[in-house]
Amino acid sequence: MLLKGTVIKYGDNVDTDVIIPARYLNTSDPKELASHCMEDIDKDFAKKIKPGDIIVAGSNFGCGSSREHAPIAIKYSGISCVVAKSFARIFYRNAINTGLPIIETDAEIDNGDELEIDLAAGTITNLTKGETSTFPPFPAFLQGIIDAGGLMNAMKKI
Amino acid sequence: MLDHFTPNKDIKAAEQSKKVREFADEKNIVNFFDVGEVGVEHCLLPEKGMVTAGDLVIGADSHTCTYGALGAFSTGVGSTDMAVGMAYGKAWLRVPSAMSFVLHGKPSKWVSGKDVILHIIGKIGVDGTLYKSMEFSGDGVQNLTVDDRLCICNMAIEAGAKNGFFPVDKQTVQYLEDHGAKPPRVYYADPDAAYEYVMEIDLAELKPSVAFPHLPENVKTFDEIGEVKIDQVVIGSCTNGRLSDFVTAAEILKGKKVAKGVRALIIPATQRIYLDAMKLGLLEIFVNAGCAVSAPTCGPCLGGHMGILAKGERCVATTNRNFVGRMGDPGSEVYLASPAVAAASALAGKLETPENL
Repeated sequence: MLLKGTVIKYGDNVDTDVIIPARYLNTSDPKELASHCMEDIDKDFAKKIKPGDIIVAGSNFGCGSSREHAPIAIKYSGISCVVAKSFARIFYRNAINTGLPIIETDAEIDNGDELEIDLAAGTITNLTKGETSTFPPFPAFLQGIIDAGGLMNAMKKI
Repeated sequence: MLDHFTPNKDIKAAEQSKKVREFADEKNIVNFFDVGEVGVEHCLLPEKGMVTAGDLVIGADSHTCTYGALGAFSTGVGSTDMAVGMAYGKAWLRVPSAMSFVLHGKPSKWVSGKDVILHIIGKIGVDGTLYKSMEFSGDGVQNLTVDDRLCICNMAIEAGAKNGFFPVDKQTVQYLEDHGAKPPRVYYADPDAAYEYVMEIDLAELKPSVAFPHLPENVKTFDEIGEVKIDQVVIGSCTNGRLSDFVTAAEILKGKKVAKGVRALIIPATQRIYLDAMKLGLLEIFVNAGCAVSAPTCGPCLGGHMGILAKGERCVATTNRNFVGRMGDPGSEVYLASPAVAAASALAGKLETPENL
């Protein structure tokens, strides 16, 4: 899958309470969750996202709660992929299980850069900087979950 | 286990809870706990003897790591993982590498499990044990109560850990027996186990600690803390809502009054803790001190209800997270501390150590 979009950059330790504050967890409607995504650290997030845009962050992205609403809110906001130096483990699982592409990389990427990401080939091309870097593929069984479109679909196939 | 938004916080939460109630009824779920029986999950399951040493537990809440205190391997997952686990009895788990925390000595009077885990997170950071296992050991373990250990493992996730783990000792076995848990299956670390990192901690040197906003790693002791006025105190949650937490708080609050302008909320984590606190006369001490006592709920810990903060307000909480907007307005602040520090701060109207009272 080829993803292309503009980078919105955040720092380290972006936690699940800012991705989707718990006060909105009284709904499971993905669109409603998306409308409040990131609002406590970036008020205009929902308004400024263009479909395909890419979140780039530092280490420990998604730390905190086990709420699956976090990757769902990001996915339905129009974000195509989250690229970070590292992910908190429950968020990592939840992203795979709900079909939100995530990539771990140390590549230096700035706010506003245009990226093209080839998930199958494992490459990130920074069109703004003219650089290409690679990331390791997921283990086969995780890739199987991703290819099926999430864990629910993957289990139905067994 | 309807603990986060119950008693129903608003119409939407009521609709959600209704759906869960109807599902539980339709499927004849035996272990379904609703208002009147429910407590904060991570306090209720050990209390009901539903977790024992040697169990492998997954739960759809990040603080599921609490049960490592009882010698279980226990970790949080999302709701899809949980649903698949319930339907198929299976989950995928990567075997984590381990980090060793060797505890020595005995903590001083006002130092509890909360101070131990805050100290550790302050040293290693909120991603210090990312995807790893936090293994506790050493002669100091015997000087920590099971409640202390539950509190420490509860916050393993705040260092990014997959799980926390305490070795099973006499205290653990007694606790499991007292609560009617299944016979324990005890696992110990191999004598030649490899650790990525080893940290030695002298419990006697630890001091009452506070994690400043907006990360649990921003830990300070009182020699580094100036005057920080507060508006609210919360004593409760899966981290510190157990009977021993309220015994400590009551010892400090007995015969005194909460400072003017401070709202002090006492939230026993389960019905049994509530009842025991009542029998011991603790609830009377709290009410006479000017505290509000609530029914069991996660409530304000996650900014759900029962104590939401306005912009600019500060709260000392015995809870586990102090992220931006965690307990209310994004401009509010949460300071994480032990029940002793929270109670002392309630009396002083500012961050205060019980050592100064």
